[in-house]
Amino acid sequence: MSLNLENIDRVVGGETHIADMNLTLEPGSFNVLLGRTLSGKTTLMRLMAGLDTPTRGRVLMDGQDVTGRSVRHRNVSMVYQQFINYPSLTVYDNIASPLKLAKVGRAEIDRRVRSIAEMLHIEHLLDRQPLELSGGQQQRTAMGRALVKDADVVLLDEPLVNLDYKLREEFREELRAVFSERNCIAVYATTEPAEALALGGNTAVLHQGRLLQYGPTADVYHRPGDIRAAEMFSEPPINIVKGTLSGSEISFDNTLHFPVGNDLRTLEPGEYRFGIRASHISLTPRAKSDIAIHMTVDLAEISGSETFLHVHNEHFYMTVHLEGVHEFRVDSPVKLYFSAHKVYAFDHEGAVVHIPTHLRGI
Amino acid sequence: MNKVYNNRAWWLILPMLLLVAFSAVIPLMTVVNYSVQDVFDANTRFFTGTEWFKEMLNDPALQAAVLRQFAFSLTILAIEVPLGIGIALIMPKKGWRASAALILVTMPLLIPWNVVGSIWQIFTRGDIGLMGWSLRELGYSYNITSNPVDAWATIILMDVWHWTSLIALLCYSGLRSIPDAYYQAARIDRASKWAVFRYIQLPKLTNVLVIGVLLRFMHSFMIYAEPFVLTGGGPGSSTTFLSQSLTTMAIGQQDLGPSAAFSLIYFLIILLVTWVFYTAIMNMQKDNNKGA
Repeated sequence: MSLNLENIDRVVGGETHIADMNLTLEPGSFNVLLGRTLSGKTTLMRLMAGLDTPTRGRVLMDGQDVTGRSVRHRNVSMVYQQFINYPSLTVYDNIASPLKLAKVGRAEIDRRVRSIAEMLHIEHLLDRQPLELSGGQQQRTAMGRALVKDADVVLLDEPLVNLDYKLREEFREELRAVFSERNCIAVYATTEPAEALALGGNTAVLHQGRLLQYGPTADVYHRPGDIRAAEMFSEPPINIVKGTLSGSEISFDNTLHFPVGNDLRTLEPGEYRFGIRASHISLTPRAKSDIAIHMTVDLAEISGSETFLHVHNEHFYMTVHLEGVHEFRVDSPVKLYFSAHKVYAFDHEGAVVHIPTHLRGI
Repeated sequence: MNKVYNNRAWWLILPMLLLVAFSAVIPLMTVVNYSVQDVFDANTRFFTGTEWFKEMLNDPALQAAVLRQFAFSLTILAIEVPLGIGIALIMPKKGWRASAALILVTMPLLIPWNVVGSIWQIFTRGDIGLMGWSLRELGYSYNITSNPVDAWATIILMDVWHWTSLIALLCYSGLRSIPDAYYQAARIDRASKWAVFRYIQLPKLTNVLVIGVLLRFMHSFMIYAEPFVLTGGGPGSSTTFLSQSLTTMAIGQQDLGPSAAFSLIYFLIILLVTWVFYTAIMNMQKDNNKGA
């Protein structure tokens, strides 16, 4: 079972929600839709499910045109951000509901419900009603309903957003295990780059209704096709600094000059935008060749055991992702280091023209 | 650890207590006062004990009125609740149609009781009323002043017209609070319309329906102005409901003792039925939640 979207547009009341979408999802693949709010993730899922029809373009399942076919005649299932279950039915009946509607025999229903419940670790809750359960258990029930009918396409629309941090990590691992044993196409929407990386599989980066890039998750992360894909797929967003490349030297806004390594010499001299990942900047040099840069602290944001340090000089801003908890006084000077070998370069249109050498071969 | 007891906070409920005393307890006590005495004038009164209560409970006219009252309240509930849910389900969900439908549905609720009675009085007249005249032209000898069945049917129709909107509005608001994702999930499950209603909409409506049924029951049990204006309780006493019997006794005949006793019985019936209904529903929900 493969799913193809061909030149899909979705326009609602003059507003374009999805523009010229081309995407092919392979059977048995796990796909992450990564994008900010309103980037078109949910719209795309609704189109895949058949809840909406595209304004233009075709949807193919296994090469068969299903564009106009309603959700009732497609074999899909969906899990939502809210925990959606039948409120008056027990967990057992909730999970069994799609099978009952499909007129599956009693014994078969019982077998499948119990095996799914066991897989999702809710076998002891089968007699309860959804509203008596914790959020995580409710979402497991909803997940059970989605998985039990062996759908060809399982759509998960930010399913873990309403759960707490610890549960999410646990759930994420299980999810991958659950789907690796199935031959369905899984589509998982998220706003968080870290979640996409943790889930692996393939990632499609969406921005304002357009597909920026699609490929294996690590690949998309390490080799973004353009500036926006790089920004969307990094948290905090990759730092972009304007600079000039001349024969042997790069200068950032005429303030910071450093020699170019061999890897960048192939680029033509000229104006570029350079990208440095927030996690590639450090307080101490990691190698002798690291470039030092003097900045002023705006704010140190401490999140868990990590620190996001926002700094500036007279020309540009940067965000630094530091491990551990660090405290800084506002407006105090700070000396930071980064490696010239880990710098990305983008041309004036935003397309990537240079990827760090060590990432090219993966 | 020694717990410190400080009961001065009790004084804080004093204002509330006074308020309740003036608004409920004192008026009620005057009624209780009358119900156990036979009052002739300001200086002459006899203590009668439970005599008025016994008399009232054994009065066949009042017993008939109580039965009539229950028959009426149960009938209108049986019609208005399903009808109200049905209307709420087919009301448009957005756009100008939704606003128009809301205004249209709300309209009957805004009309005062005795105006409703007057409207229907004119509406059902055989000579100039649209309904009365039409029915007669169609060959049905419709007359609410002589035929008890016609009178009953008309009063029920009038109440349904006046109050179904309340149930419909409550259900409409209940339905609007169901997230769209539920409907989507049901569509993906290929659930039928009936299944959507039975397993999603109805469970989500339980709470508003409990309130709706309670309000409608209490309201209809106290109905007065509409039938009074429409039929005056007739023909005979076929549409004389409890509050009208009470008014006739207290104001018309000046039987203060019996009517006070009767008021208390009336009050207790409403209190009892409401409490039984409420407790039953709450227990049902508790059982449901236990998954029993």
